[in-house]
Amino acid sequence: MRRDLTASIVAAVVFTVLCGLAYPLFTTGVAQVLFSDKADGSRVERDGEIVGSSLIAQNFMTREEIPEAERGKFGKKQVKTPDPSYFQPRPSVTGYSANVTFFNNLGPNNKELSQMFRGFLDAYLELEEPFTPGLGEGDVPVDAVTTSASGVDPHISVANARIQANRVAEVRGLDPDRVNELIDDNTDNRDLGVLGESGVNVLELNLALDEEGQ
Amino acid sequence: MTFQGWVQIAIFFIVLTALTPVLGAYMARVYTGRPILLERAFGPVERLVYRLIGPSSRVEQDWKAYGRTTIVFSAVFFVILYVILRTQGIQPFNPEGFDSAPWDVTFNTTSSFVTNTNWQYYGGETTMSYFSQMAGLAVQNFVSAAVGMAVLAAVIRGFVSRGSAELGNFWRDVTRTLLYILLPLAFIGALILVSQGVVQTLSGSASFQTLTGVDQTLALGPAASQISIKQLGTNGGGFFNVNSAFPFENPTQFSNFVELLFILLIPAALTATFGRMAGNRRQGWALYAAMALMLVVSIGVAYAAEQNGSPAQENAGIEASAGSTDVDVQDSGAQTGGNLEGKEQRNGIVASAEWSSVTTAASNGSVNSALDSYTGIGGLAPMFNMMTGEVIFGGVGSGLYGMLLFVLLAVFIAGLMVGRTPEYLGKKIEAREVKLVMIGTIVVPLLVLVATAIAISSKYGDPSIYNPGPQGFSETLYAYTSQGNNNGSAFAGYTGFVQPNAPGNTGSYGISFADLLGGLSMLFARFVPLIAALAVAGSLSVKRISPVGPGTFRTDTPTFVLLLIFVVLLVAALTFFPAVLLGPVVQGLTDSLVFPK
Repeated sequence: MRRDLTASIVAAVVFTVLCGLAYPLFTTGVAQVLFSDKADGSRVERDGEIVGSSLIAQNFMTREEIPEAERGKFGKKQVKTPDPSYFQPRPSVTGYSANVTFFNNLGPNNKELSQMFRGFLDAYLELEEPFTPGLGEGDVPVDAVTTSASGVDPHISVANARIQANRVAEVRGLDPDRVNELIDDNTDNRDLGVLGESGVNVLELNLALDEEGQ
Repeated sequence: MTFQGWVQIAIFFIVLTALTPVLGAYMARVYTGRPILLERAFGPVERLVYRLIGPSSRVEQDWKAYGRTTIVFSAVFFVILYVILRTQGIQPFNPEGFDSAPWDVTFNTTSSFVTNTNWQYYGGETTMSYFSQMAGLAVQNFVSAAVGMAVLAAVIRGFVSRGSAELGNFWRDVTRTLLYILLPLAFIGALILVSQGVVQTLSGSASFQTLTGVDQTLALGPAASQISIKQLGTNGGGFFNVNSAFPFENPTQFSNFVELLFILLIPAALTATFGRMAGNRRQGWALYAAMALMLVVSIGVAYAAEQNGSPAQENAGIEASAGSTDVDVQDSGAQTGGNLEGKEQRNGIVASAEWSSVTTAASNGSVNSALDSYTGIGGLAPMFNMMTGEVIFGGVGSGLYGMLLFVLLAVFIAGLMVGRTPEYLGKKIEAREVKLVMIGTIVVPLLVLVATAIAISSKYGDPSIYNPGPQGFSETLYAYTSQGNNNGSAFAGYTGFVQPNAPGNTGSYGISFADLLGGLSMLFARFVPLIAALAVAGSLSVKRISPVGPGTFRTDTPTFVLLLIFVVLLVAALTFFPAVLLGPVVQGLTDSLVFPK
């Protein structure tokens, strides 16, 4: 028993040094040499400034100050509306936070969840229907009106992007075919042709749009 | 359900089945002490470890000595981890300056990692320093996995021993597991993950302004090295709070596939290791077949249920069928359809449903989607996997020694039916073994049901529940099934909003209760079956091996595979049927919505 105890203490120290310090530090060193961009979070730069990570969604909203006289009883200072010149990512309950993450966790039979969906659906139709006449409830892709697990899902479905393309093309005065080409360029197809699902990377697509010029 | 979805599942099983005999044979070499190539590189380290540990590393141990060392070693590590987590504030590698969690959460976390469970009542990126993650939690990912595998090696030696009571040496088994199996595989895995975009850095979080001028902060850290071992060692504890759903843990469709494979790699290959050490590879394949069949069914059920969409979705007017969008969309089928709430677009329905089944079949518990948002039946699939006692592949080592207990039970039942003395691998199964098997297989379900009953009927369990209606009961049942089987996945609404540092935290009432009940469940669930399995092995080791004759009941045939599946399912179904009816089944049968409290 005592022999086991001393051996355990020695082994604990040895294994901690081996698995807890040597292994992660060595791995960090090798990873930084081989794939430094990815190991640091796949950051995206524009004009020398970091503007995001290609793996992390961000919001594309415009903020309008509410004049003091018109503020309601909660004193809300800003209205946020989706910026119509950009593709919009999936809804998020975490405000696209990449440093405090949590699930939505509302169950499949939860009334609150259903009401949340209804809100997303109405907002989506309000934004897209003027540019895509005849767009009905049944046409809206599920990814556009459900929250992702991470809250920062960088992708939307191709179907969702095609609908938004009508709006973005019109607002920016671009040829819709050109916008659809950009969608294809920024689609991460299924790896090996079968794994997972294809997704359009919203941040990269929006950056490409900005490069096209307004 | 699509053809592409099933192809994806098929590829996974083909690759897994192909790797099983290769890694299995290699691990058999590690445990039988035959020369391996890596000894040239790590041999000096191995000998140095033995020299530091002293004479204990040179003696052969019987089952009692082996079990005692296992318990003492785990207890020592329990104390060390507890101290590390509680003194986080004064340690290095803490760029965000996090303080320690309270004693009760730390007790739960410590129990969770020492027992290979990795249940998380803490938020990774909001409460843990890099030092705690690396030197505390990641070390346990390695060590708790190595302990499970070492005990399995000892159990196998007992099953195949020719009359000797010696089961090997704990220190040698653990050291060789770490140096020759876990560390090399984890290193390769970490590099594959970084190449896909998983972060691996020691610098603190990065802040910047987004395209539209909003502040965003990226949580970073040495994640890849830890995620790699958390999957390989069937641990499952995330570096970040939302686990493998977070793009920095699991960024691409390919990384998702690799991590899925890593979850099952070792538990699957150990069946082949068993076959080799037993001198009859078909014995290993029989166990693999039983496990794989149960898993395929589970994946199919979860996939079908999730592709159907949820009542909340339907009620809001969202069309759940894939490819329904026909307005100006050139390629139909360009969306996933189904219940995508709490799932990532790049994984879609199929890779999410597949993951939820794989992670609960193996006692891994990492998630790439929010299980609390699954439909009733979609959530039942992962829950039922755990209720089998984590023997469908199960934890590294612990899954197979758990399954071997079920094998003895199946052999015993078959023996009763045909009226012969039951035998396994030529050894007679008698009263002592059957008693031990019953202890090993019944304690865990008992723990789960008692803990659930206490939590659901006392006022202390109430504040932990998040969702209304049957889903709230499912959350409770899932929480204690998961902790009581050392899995670690969760319907994460449970206690999600009462734990310290949780967003929307509503206070501390009820935390200590959930932490303590869960922590104790995990400790009992780990060590009672472990000792029972060692005791069975000890008792079998000294028995004579009788030669195979025409009257021998074969345990390497399809008939036996079916019998084994039947026994596993029967025990789980009989034990959990009433509880399952109250939660997930009711949830799955109704379309009506429930108002929150």
